[in-house]
Amino acid sequence: MHDVALELIDDSGQTRPADSRAGTILEARGLSFDAGGQRLIDDVTLPIRQGRRTVLLGPNGAGKSLLLRLLHGLIAPSEGAVLWRGRPLDRTARRAQAMVFQRPVLLRRSVLANIRFALGARGMRGAERRARAAEALETARLTDLARRPARVLSGGEQQRLALVRALACEPEILLLDEPTSSLDPASTHAIEDLINAANARGVSVLLITHDLGQARRMGDDLVFLHGGRVAETGDLRQCLRTPQSEPLRAWLDGRLHFDQATS
Amino acid sequence: MDGFGAILADAIGLILSGDPDLAEIIGLSLRVTLSAVALACAIGLPLGAVVGAFRFPGRTVLTVVLNALMGLPPVVVGLMVYLMLSASGPLGVLGLLYTPTAMIIAQTILVTPIVAALTKQVVEDMHAEYAEQFVSLGVGPAGRVMALLWDARYSLLTVALAGFGRAVAEVGAVIIVGGNINHVTRVMTTTIALETSKGNLQLALALGVVLLSIALTVNAAVMALRASAVRAAYA
Repeated sequence: MHDVALELIDDSGQTRPADSRAGTILEARGLSFDAGGQRLIDDVTLPIRQGRRTVLLGPNGAGKSLLLRLLHGLIAPSEGAVLWRGRPLDRTARRAQAMVFQRPVLLRRSVLANIRFALGARGMRGAERRARAAEALETARLTDLARRPARVLSGGEQQRLALVRALACEPEILLLDEPTSSLDPASTHAIEDLINAANARGVSVLLITHDLGQARRMGDDLVFLHGGRVAETGDLRQCLRTPQSEPLRAWLDGRLHFDQATS
Repeated sequence: MDGFGAILADAIGLILSGDPDLAEIIGLSLRVTLSAVALACAIGLPLGAVVGAFRFPGRTVLTVVLNALMGLPPVVVGLMVYLMLSASGPLGVLGLLYTPTAMIIAQTILVTPIVAALTKQVVEDMHAEYAEQFVSLGVGPAGRVMALLWDARYSLLTVALAGFGRAVAEVGAVIIVGGNINHVTRVMTTTIALETSKGNLQLALALGVVLLSIALTVNAAVMALRASAVRAAYA
């Protein structure tokens, strides 16, 4: 089984164990979360490496979205800690993160106003904010829709808006909770392009997906969650090629759809 | 029925004649009511938004109090304001009793809990949708309140409308603190009460028609605005 220590691919294409702390930007350390008398996240220790695209996979109910919310500080853990660059995650550190939800949460305003609001929350004003908002719209190819109410956009356009709104805040890591789950292939492709472009600029990515094809396209590292625990983690291609844990094998074989452990 | 028809015809004739006394009463009614609603919104909207969006000690008690105050008896409010503003009261030195200002104060006290309690409900529902996004974007408490009030603006028009309805139809409190003094504090509702008791049904009915027309017009305008906002996905 691949242990919680991630593996790196060296220049010769071989995998090698990675120092789990080296280049770590975000880290779960002994993280647990209880609700309704159940342990939904159970002692998760996980380093997310800087500049990498980490894919979080697992059956429904495994706790993927919950773990993402814990890592973003939206909910407090029952035990353990979330560390940002080795320090406890606080409000200031959270500003270096941006999260895009499965169902985009857009304000009841125009497309442009949605981006301006996010930039305003980061203290940006005046010409700088206008320029940054215009740039974000251009990046998402939404300039022509700038004055349109955000909520009348198509699903793909809404998700693109949510993504560039997050990116306009210049995060160091992007947390993505199934951002393309309800989108058509063209919209999915557009979202993936934006994510990859951000990653090419150095933005780390932590992506939840149920789409194995997307995981292969978008992932460098894999974290497989089962029953609120990390069942396997390591280089994504190697993990998918030769899964070491039974839950990942079962999931890849189509024998594991819903996580009984947390149902 | 003939009698009612004749009185109604006389009342409409009075409205159409542009009677200056009638115009003065309508003008004062609108001034007092709109001022009270504006003040109640200035207090009640942020208060309701704070109670709706944040968890803090005493929130449940405050919610219960706001809900209870929605049913405040106007005569009790009138009496309390009267005691405060009377010559022997703590605010008697201001000399506000039997002035339109006293009527505005009384109506503001009546309308503020309505605005605050209804705003709380609207904002609470919207905040449930926005909360995680606000945290993720790092929006501070003041920014949240302003954003929620702005995004709920079309729903809050209905809230303001409820306050307007309460204020414009109010008679008990304003007659106590205003005194129904001719050319000073006489408004539509107090005039209707007075003229009916005197048997001057034409004027009373004319004011009743105007009052109903105002209520219908304001309601229709707000509903039309809200409907257009819903079509544009802003509401």
